[in-house]
Amino acid sequence: MPPAILAVVTIAVAVTACIGYFYASNLFLDKVLFPPRGPNAGRNINRANLIRPWLFLFPALFALSLYLVYPVIETLRLSFLDRDQGNAFVGLANYEQMVSEPKFWEAMRNNMLWLFVVPAASTAFGLLVAQVTDRLGWGNIAKSIIFMPMAISLVGASVIWKLVYESRPMGTEQIGVLNAIYIALGGTEPQTWLTIPFWNNFFLMIVLIWIQTGFAMVILSAALRGIPEETVEAAIVDGANPFQIFFKIKVPQIMPTIVVVWTTITIATLKVFDIVFAMTNGQWNTQVLANYMYDKLFRAFDWGVSSASAMVLMLLVLPILVWNVRQVRKEMQ
Amino acid sequence: MDNIAGTKSSLVVVTHLTALLLVLLWIFPTVGLFVSSFRTADQISSSGWWSSLATQEAQNPAIRLSGKEVQEGDHFVIEGELFEGREVVVSAWGTSSRATEAYSPGDTAELSRDRTVTVSESGAIRFTAAESQEGKRLPRVFTTATAPPEFTTANYELMLFDPENTESMTRAFFNTFTVTIPATIIPILVAAFAAYALAWMEFPGRAILVAAIVGLLVVPLQLALIPLLKLHLNIGIGKGYIGVWLAHTGFGLPLAIYLLRNYMAGLPRDIIENARVDGATDFQIFTKIILPLSFPALAAFAIFQFLWTWNDLLVAKVFLIDATGQTTVMTNEIVELLGTRGGNWEILATAAFVSMAVPLIVFFAMQRYLVRGLLAGSVK
Repeated sequence: MPPAILAVVTIAVAVTACIGYFYASNLFLDKVLFPPRGPNAGRNINRANLIRPWLFLFPALFALSLYLVYPVIETLRLSFLDRDQGNAFVGLANYEQMVSEPKFWEAMRNNMLWLFVVPAASTAFGLLVAQVTDRLGWGNIAKSIIFMPMAISLVGASVIWKLVYESRPMGTEQIGVLNAIYIALGGTEPQTWLTIPFWNNFFLMIVLIWIQTGFAMVILSAALRGIPEETVEAAIVDGANPFQIFFKIKVPQIMPTIVVVWTTITIATLKVFDIVFAMTNGQWNTQVLANYMYDKLFRAFDWGVSSASAMVLMLLVLPILVWNVRQVRKEMQ
Repeated sequence: MDNIAGTKSSLVVVTHLTALLLVLLWIFPTVGLFVSSFRTADQISSSGWWSSLATQEAQNPAIRLSGKEVQEGDHFVIEGELFEGREVVVSAWGTSSRATEAYSPGDTAELSRDRTVTVSESGAIRFTAAESQEGKRLPRVFTTATAPPEFTTANYELMLFDPENTESMTRAFFNTFTVTIPATIIPILVAAFAAYALAWMEFPGRAILVAAIVGLLVVPLQLALIPLLKLHLNIGIGKGYIGVWLAHTGFGLPLAIYLLRNYMAGLPRDIIENARVDGATDFQIFTKIILPLSFPALAAFAIFQFLWTWNDLLVAKVFLIDATGQTTVMTNEIVELLGTRGGNWEILATAAFVSMAVPLIVFFAMQRYLVRGLLAGSVK
């Protein structure tokens, strides 16, 4: 079947099935199972109302269990098995093999570097943009432009920045902006920025910072708007200068939002795959965990070690997960 | 507020300048690639894209003379234009790569075997020879000339409409669409019902479920790849569209439920209770009241999911793209081009912009909903 027709059929089937399921199951509950009539009408209504939420929830819960909960448990299980030995239980052997690989530690080091730099820089830039565009006449246009990279794929962004980092041999015209500036400022020869170990990590991070700043800006800008005017006015009356107002009055008040932005970007950073995959593919000491995992899965065909490295990712996310869940539970009470 | 003591006018200027600088910094890389996608390969490799926007003097690559030969007396003459239809001013020219600026416009260069070439300022050429040049290779001329900005849509024609081009983006473009649309619609449907139950129905365990969904929100999808791929292979879906639709649905659900629940929980209680009192069932309340009122949240999530599935690489690579290469998506095409055509920026830039066009249009058209969704979606 041609993909386009398959897509249309799938949409039709899925939509009909979904609506049909909800309609029919509710009907069944009300008309057949516990009809609100007869001698047990009251009891039946109560029973129907006990079951109904689960009718509404069932498809979603089923999909979530199958596509997120089960895989987490299964990945944990797989990380203790060895495929070459017929899925035999090998204990921590996969983990041991993983930690003995220098590539893994390189990925860990780089991931940590990303975790420190990207959320910090994105949040800082986002805050700066939110503040300077706050009362500008053309602030909305400025925000739109800085927000725009959010719509661009990580792969597209990688192409955009690869052109910036492009390097041509000495003597020919430089077509990458960075090298053109570098030569104009007196650099002796063009640099291949993405192959300079250690620093190339930062050239990759710039791409994600460029994308995530827009996100930080949108959230922080709304938070800045939400600050009560009186607090700022009071500070002005007390003779505070603009910088004091920003750092001592505004920033403390939006601290909870800054934390949210920071953690959200941290999660996005942790999972970074496309940028590294498209720009360096982990060469020149730029490996990260997600790409390491992909390598293990599709190049080395080693499910065990791949699962083990995925569990490392999960472990790194866990503190944020717990913190988020706690926040929500506090809110709901 | 700004005029009260405490803010200085100098600071206002600094604010404007900082904002301007940041905006330029942010848009500059994108503009670079965009401009490059409208330049020819020669133009891209001979000058930076930033210099293409102004009239500039540049050395042109060698152009081999061509044209119709006419006999004038005992000479054979070929006349023609080097830069057909372009407003070019030649400042110097030459006939060998070692002396590309040997002659001024209007000069006549004497070549071997009684041949001469004249190049005028406008790029008109006159070539004379003692014997017919039929079937022989004509000489080349090198020119240094100032030309106004010149752009071409040839790259887009090549990448989109050329049936001969094996690297064409057309198929990948439609594949991406095919992945995206069901992967956006299905999770919305499933999530909307669940969100309603979590927002407006009382039942034991509700709080725990909400918390669990917030927890699932941050689970890295890397964890899901191996078990699900095995699952798909075992139950016979294998690698294909069905698999990628299911995967995107599963991965999109936590955010969908979370966003929609937050929004629905904020709807006025009165409306829903009035409807209940009037005898509406939950199903009716949901379809007749909640769904229409939740349109902004539905739109916000739809945009998120659309952008995310359109721009996705990893899920498509794992669940969709098989060895035949028939089901490739645009992001994957671009990554492959990066590998095989690393220096061909006219192809890379065009491919990248073909894939970015739709998300950018969606982004600018629906920005309001996107912002609203982001504000509702970040865990407070």
